[in-house]
Amino acid sequence: MLYLTRKAEFSASHYYHNPKFTPEENRRIFGKCNNPNGHGHNYTLEVTVKGEVDPRSGFVVDLKQLKEILNREVLDVMDHRFLNKEVPEFAERIPTTENLAISIWQRLATKLKAAQLHRVRVYETPDLFVDFYGEE
Amino acid sequence: MKAYLTRRYMFSASHRLHSEEMSAQENLVTYGKCNNPYGHGHNYALEVTVSGEVDQQTGMVCNLVDLDNFVHSEIVERFDENNLNVLPEFLEYVPTTENLSAVIYKILQQGFHKAHLEKVRLEETMMNSFEYAGDAETRC
Repeated sequence: MLYLTRKAEFSASHYYHNPKFTPEENRRIFGKCNNPNGHGHNYTLEVTVKGEVDPRSGFVVDLKQLKEILNREVLDVMDHRFLNKEVPEFAERIPTTENLAISIWQRLATKLKAAQLHRVRVYETPDLFVDFYGEE
Repeated sequence: MKAYLTRRYMFSASHRLHSEEMSAQENLVTYGKCNNPYGHGHNYALEVTVSGEVDQQTGMVCNLVDLDNFVHSEIVERFDENNLNVLPEFLEYVPTTENLSAVIYKILQQGFHKAHLEKVRLEETMMNSFEYAGDAETRC
């Protein structure tokens, strides 16, 4: 088994708000992230796939295909977007880094054919990241 | 759904690697420049990884403010701008980064209960880092 990681970057804005909470609760739990006008991050995404090395090509996965899937399923949808308003799953789900990692996993898992998705890592800032390995 | 959250912190501290159980010559051979009696310092980077189910209401494994408050008050404040050798936890143990990782893991394990502690990773310099997860295996 061999693991391959592809990195990508995207910039997006978001805010944290749960309509079931009172305004006071939202402010207490989410702090500055509750500002309804949003704020932004430069996200770094690391997608790790795993598989056996194909004896003919020497690849675990065709990087060109992986890049195309990443661009289509994630970057085109999220880069330079307001996540709460423009990415459908975040109309209901709070776009925390945890939920972003889960969402990116769900967008990619079924699209990858040759290799199996192993891990999605999302850096919100250089000092904060979340790993998701699918449902355990 | 279970996710793993990692937060990175910085602190600077000095230490000297020297074991009372070794002769002066053995210490020098084992620890080299790190055995300099006056000590030396590092900018440590600490990564704390916690895990848990993502709360449906908040979208979080745990509130970062809680983790930051705990790590700042119990770990960063304790070690930052300090000499590790004079701290009680290193009176009997050599303050290698291996031992410092284990000490930090124990502080978190005993005091932070808002999420499950997965591991700590400590960079002594940009060139070497150490991971400790207690009795568990670390996940890559």
